[in-house]
Amino acid sequence: MTALVDERLAHGHGHEAHEELSFLRKYVFSQDHKVIGIQYGFTALTFLLYGFSLMMMMRWQLAYPGQPIPFIGRFLSQGAAAGGIMLPEFYNQLGAMHGTIMVFLGIVPLAVGAFGNYVVPLQIGAPDMAFPKLNMASYWMYFLGGVTMLGSFFLPGGAAQSGWTSYPPLSDIAPPGQTAWLFGMLFLIISSLLGATNFITTIVQLRAPGMTWMRLPFFVWAQLVTSFLLLLAFPALQAAAVLQMMDRLAGTSFFLPSGLIVSGQAIANTGGGNPLLWQHLFWFLAHPEVYVLILPAFGIVAEVIANNTRKPLWGYRSMVYATVFLGFMSFIVWAHHMFMTGMGTVMSTFFQTTTMIISIPSVVILTALVISLWGGSIRFTTPMLFALGFLPMFAIGGLTGLPLGLAPTDIHLHDTMYVIGHFHYVVAPGTIFAMFAGIYYWFPKITGRKMSDVLGRIHFWLSFVFINGIFMPMFIVGLAGVSRRLYDGGQQYAHAQGVLHWNVFMSISAWCLALSQIPFIWNLFWSIKKGVKVGSNPWEATTLEWSAAPSPPIAHGNFPHLPTVVRGPYDYSVPGAATDFTPQGQEA
Amino acid sequence: MDIPYTVEPRPDTGVFNAKLGIWLFLASEVMLFGALFSSYILLRTGAPAWPHGRDEGLSVPLATLNTLILISSSVTMVMSWASLKLNEFKKYRLYMGLTILCGLGFMVIKSIEYSHKFETHHFPKTNTFLAIYFTLTGLHGLHVLGGMIVNGYFWGPGAKLFKKDPERFANRIEVAGLYWHFVDLVWIFLFPTLYLL
Repeated sequence: MTALVDERLAHGHGHEAHEELSFLRKYVFSQDHKVIGIQYGFTALTFLLYGFSLMMMMRWQLAYPGQPIPFIGRFLSQGAAAGGIMLPEFYNQLGAMHGTIMVFLGIVPLAVGAFGNYVVPLQIGAPDMAFPKLNMASYWMYFLGGVTMLGSFFLPGGAAQSGWTSYPPLSDIAPPGQTAWLFGMLFLIISSLLGATNFITTIVQLRAPGMTWMRLPFFVWAQLVTSFLLLLAFPALQAAAVLQMMDRLAGTSFFLPSGLIVSGQAIANTGGGNPLLWQHLFWFLAHPEVYVLILPAFGIVAEVIANNTRKPLWGYRSMVYATVFLGFMSFIVWAHHMFMTGMGTVMSTFFQTTTMIISIPSVVILTALVISLWGGSIRFTTPMLFALGFLPMFAIGGLTGLPLGLAPTDIHLHDTMYVIGHFHYVVAPGTIFAMFAGIYYWFPKITGRKMSDVLGRIHFWLSFVFINGIFMPMFIVGLAGVSRRLYDGGQQYAHAQGVLHWNVFMSISAWCLALSQIPFIWNLFWSIKKGVKVGSNPWEATTLEWSAAPSPPIAHGNFPHLPTVVRGPYDYSVPGAATDFTPQGQEA
Repeated sequence: MDIPYTVEPRPDTGVFNAKLGIWLFLASEVMLFGALFSSYILLRTGAPAWPHGRDEGLSVPLATLNTLILISSSVTMVMSWASLKLNEFKKYRLYMGLTILCGLGFMVIKSIEYSHKFETHHFPKTNTFLAIYFTLTGLHGLHVLGGMIVNGYFWGPGAKLFKKDPERFANRIEVAGLYWHFVDLVWIFLFPTLYLL
């Protein structure tokens, strides 16, 4: 089978009767989902590195407040870091932009734009996405949003600095960087809407013959629910961004209350607005957004675990139903981010109940993944290491979220470093580890070569140690009551004195984590040209992208001929079968 | 390999790709306008006093006229699609042209309303009612404009597709029509909310 597909790869290009595309149409303004996926991937990885760099500067200020930043300090403008010492305004910009870049320009585009684009059409047996032109437009909208966000650092007063949540009234009266943030968000929202429409249509319409709903790989289910979340949740932020833009540019007061006094002066606006309105609209998006960050990660981990345990996923159906239920529930938990706004006990009780309910499907999925390991002959490949690392890391992230979802404990914990520790465990050693698993797993499909396992192992173990070194102490610091937004890390507070020394520990861990990425970056570029050559199905996987398409898949149409699906996605170690994997397209 | 179901519907789902696509897009549009209407309700219930539209110079007769124009445009839009299905291209051109003219008429009346308000110093920043009025009608106006551009394209250069692939062209008009009806529907909600209540 494998040899057959490779044979077709060698000779297949000849009959493709497509006119030769120009360089620009082939690699820049491409409409091929594979090229767009790679574009998304590289852009998103660059943004992740950039967002991480912003945080590394902040960590210097937190560990050694008031000392000039080494090396980088001299390149910063006087308005950002006077004499190399970071100014509070600049610290706020770094914080707001770190969050925005990591979430909206880094992880979502990587999880959905890159992996979704590249893998979904291949896994369902489709020649491309349903709307190739919209796909291209989606990438370029994202790119435009990214450029707008980056450019905002050079505006007078710098980039947005009201936190990644952009709460008014502060954001309404912030310098012009905030307007750029809003425009950037509008571009990103349009990009997401185009992408989500495209993904859902592709999955519903372009499944290969025989690819029934319950034969879809779990990764595709995860992407489908994710797309629905993007499609229906993002418009709320779109509305909010339009309203805040009106406040900032047309002088309205949607989010400005009457009688607001700023720096001792009454503001010119008429007032009559409601700052909490922004919070409702923002979190109506931003809570489903959390599941946008985690669901594709579940999908990748499920693929890698099934493949490397050589047995079917345990409870595939339960996982699918849990994912769909989780998608629905994520729309009615948003106000658990607002327990401290005084919305009343009835509302608080409602939202803390729904929050407890939504933890159930997440636990179902995680439990199913853990039980899937039971009794398997596990191959400890590099992607599997990252997938296995994901499980306890996400568990810590998820479980530490429960006390935040309960209104009484949230009163103590809200806005402390504990919150930062909680959601970073979900997103950093959780989602980002899953992303790494995905990169190591699908790299051979994209390039026809494998990444180095030695470098992969070094990358995994160093990252695993240092990432915990950053985030574990945050729980300690947070439980001591240290707030998350302190420019000096809490030097001025008596209650923080006992835990301040952790700041140095966390910062050194962060810089070591950055160094640990060097083997990965080297490995990624080196392996494109020099990696070990592999066939079309090096992992001996069952799903269509491995079993029916060459590596890399054919430029137009992916498959040598349209695959037909006759079985479920994870037929590993079927009793009586010739090999320990039976591809989805293979008759018994 | 070509992308399947661009023209004929997929048997088990019963729709062609673009039709599902536009319904999904409209679902997100419902959420967008839903969020704005919710904002309107929250702002209004939170305000100590809320002016009636006529106190702020809103003209009910003009808005009624606009409502009638938009509803007629929805009818002509359906007629243009039906003409294509009957293979009567000239009639299609006529009805599509009328749809675009209706859109234009709506925009002209809207701009008369806007300029009248600016002349009497009613701006978005004047009070919260006018702020939400200008935001909602402005955003709706942009949607009308977008629809007119799409329809204009299909009336003019885009109509060449009819000779090559009439089925596919009719599908495009159907999809454009679904969007146009949605824009119409938004106005049906905006009119009573802003002018009458």
